[in-house]
Amino acid sequence: MGDSRFVRRSSKLELPGLERELSLSQALSRRDILKIAGYSSLAAFLAACGVTSTTTTNTGTGGSLNLGSNESDPGPKKGMEAIVAAFTAANGGTKVKLNTVDHGTFQDQISSYLQATPDDAFTWFSGHRMRFFAAQGLATPIDDVWDSVKSNFTGAFAESVKGDDGHFYGIPRDYYPWCVFYRKSVFAAHSYKIPTNWDDFTALAAQMQKDGLTPISMGDKDGWPAQGTFDIINLRLNGYQFHVELCAGKQKWTDPRVTAVFKKWADLAKYYQAGLAGTTWQQAADMVVRKQAGMYLLGLFVSDQFKAAGQDALDDLDFFPFPDLGTQYDAEKALDAPIDIWMVTKKSPTLNADLAQAKAWMTFWAKGSTQLTMFQNAPGLIPTASDADTSSYSPLQKKAAQIISNAKRITQFFDRDSRPDFAGANGMQSFLLTYLQNPNADTTSLQGKMQSFWDSLPPEK
Amino acid sequence: MANRANASTTPAPAGAAGAGELVVTRQRRRYSRLTRIDKRLMVLMVGIPLALDLILIWGPTVASILLSFTNWSGIGPLTPANVVGLKNYQTLFFSYLFFWPAVKHNVIWLAFFTFISTPIGMFFAVLLDRELRGGRIYQSIFFMPVVLSLVVVGFIWELQYAPNDGFINNFFGLVKSHHIVDWLGDPNINLYSVLIAASWRQVGYIMVLYLAGLKSVDLALREAAKVDGANEVQTFFRVVLPVMAPINVVVVVITAIESLRAFDIAYIVNRGKNGLELLSTLITNNSLSEASLVGFGSAIAVVLLVVSLVPIMLFLSRVMRTLQ
Repeated sequence: MGDSRFVRRSSKLELPGLERELSLSQALSRRDILKIAGYSSLAAFLAACGVTSTTTTNTGTGGSLNLGSNESDPGPKKGMEAIVAAFTAANGGTKVKLNTVDHGTFQDQISSYLQATPDDAFTWFSGHRMRFFAAQGLATPIDDVWDSVKSNFTGAFAESVKGDDGHFYGIPRDYYPWCVFYRKSVFAAHSYKIPTNWDDFTALAAQMQKDGLTPISMGDKDGWPAQGTFDIINLRLNGYQFHVELCAGKQKWTDPRVTAVFKKWADLAKYYQAGLAGTTWQQAADMVVRKQAGMYLLGLFVSDQFKAAGQDALDDLDFFPFPDLGTQYDAEKALDAPIDIWMVTKKSPTLNADLAQAKAWMTFWAKGSTQLTMFQNAPGLIPTASDADTSSYSPLQKKAAQIISNAKRITQFFDRDSRPDFAGANGMQSFLLTYLQNPNADTTSLQGKMQSFWDSLPPEK
Repeated sequence: MANRANASTTPAPAGAAGAGELVVTRQRRRYSRLTRIDKRLMVLMVGIPLALDLILIWGPTVASILLSFTNWSGIGPLTPANVVGLKNYQTLFFSYLFFWPAVKHNVIWLAFFTFISTPIGMFFAVLLDRELRGGRIYQSIFFMPVVLSLVVVGFIWELQYAPNDGFINNFFGLVKSHHIVDWLGDPNINLYSVLIAASWRQVGYIMVLYLAGLKSVDLALREAAKVDGANEVQTFFRVVLPVMAPINVVVVVITAIESLRAFDIAYIVNRGKNGLELLSTLITNNSLSEASLVGFGSAIAVVLLVVSLVPIMLFLSRVMRTLQ
């Protein structure tokens, strides 16, 4: 989830700032120079002959390419630079200009960025956020690229980069599942068993409470972590289709099925720690690290927090998928697994010249080897390509990949599947915080507020 | 300005001598004293600030007002189809869930600054004005937070207020006894938690303003009051405070403006939600973020503008009066 990284950074006292960076363009090889010289003399010859010809077909090699990247954290940024270097070497010396912009700033400025003079290709998120800008005509469809690489992706990934118009707009580059995390040593010490259904899950939570642990950790100060719990309960209880339609406003928030989600959630919410609304996700994770809390529903990026506590803590980290609720939708094994993607812009002033290079870049990113380079620098981001070599994965990462490939349906996360104005701070984040104040209270009026807020929003064009 | 500077450098005596026969020629002479360079300078010195004012302040202001009548999302061209009339204001006043809470929070902010932070700042100033031993040290300590931006103040206090790891809950043993107070998460108290943090800085600011004011009060006045048999409290409220009237006006205006533009600390804590809604955070969350409800955000901005004009006009009219 995009916001997660923004907040993570803020907590380290780094203020959002604009950060631009030029990658070192690889020196042109002698052959490239000869090639360029050859083309230009040919062009000069044609011009001299007065032949009106279209420019030579751009094969996508050589040339130049501008990229806008939001991977501003040190690890992913290093990975991106390594990939740019590899691309230049493999693609006939394409001169790549990589503009890295702080993650939060990039997100806040995305509309004006895409409308003004964007780079040729840019990093973004799949789901509603991708479809929205595609529908606004601010992205270029890349169906031809997708046709050539689709065999390397599962159907769920294909679905995630398809626009409302049926065209394909992105290349999935990494993802991270949302699961229930725990420490193996804590489970071993109390001989807890991994719960697979709701009764076992709540019984385990009750047992943990008796044992003096906070059964389930929750830190919702930033507003979005609770949305992950809403997503998974809704998916298990009401199914993928209902969840997606609810996020898109095609179902009502006053629906009794939504009420059922809040009822179910209340069974879990009583096991959260006090003060969750003032606790950041990092502080909530630290409670699990310190063995004060038993379980924690979050994205795989929680491993960063364990890594910071030391390799022992990271090796002790494990997770299980959210338990079944005994509905027909259990079989979907759906879960939130936000996917990061590359997209091609529409209004880039250089896109005419660079389109073939941009497509070559997309094709390059569809390779497992490319995605592994990123993964080695950012272990929380799992490759999406089927041919990615999994031998370097840790058991945790292997398991994450396994869970995803078992899932029949993948959702992106509430704030990627719904409109940003609805999902944001003065919207669903507030509503869920209100709910968590008193989970056992009647939610009728709260659901009414959600629906009337949705209704008050202007139509999305 | 140019005129006066030029006059002082010209060798001819200024016509202010008051001689009757000069009155007739004075007009023409003063006129002619403005050389072409003077006129150009004047145009530049008035024109540049005026242009900047128009472009940077009035342009965006008028644009905001106009945008507030549209439902523009910030994407694509602004067309007549985007004009929705007063709909944004209607939504804002009658159905937007976060507007009236935000107004209430701004008012509480103003009241807290006026009735709690300002008197404390004034009190510190009076104490420090008495040349206590180590007064300089106290003064530095109280003033220290003022040099920090509210963003940094927010970060500092977040750590103190954290429910399980924070200093305050641990210091009072609330974590051990399982009576955790969620200072920043409980919507009933988090506004006051934030106000304490903001006052930590505001008090020092007010203190310095009053210290400067107190230093400028004529000692003779205090002595006269003493001779007349007034005690310390009477002297302060009946003599010193009225003399500091100009400082009081500045403090009142600063308090009002700080309360209306309150933003940074609430935004840092939780982006202005769950009890920390403020007009300024609503504007940001609606129009500057990915939400891109530019028209609606502009309507909130216009409301804030109208409200802000009140203290600003009060201040200006006061300044104008003292100038006259």
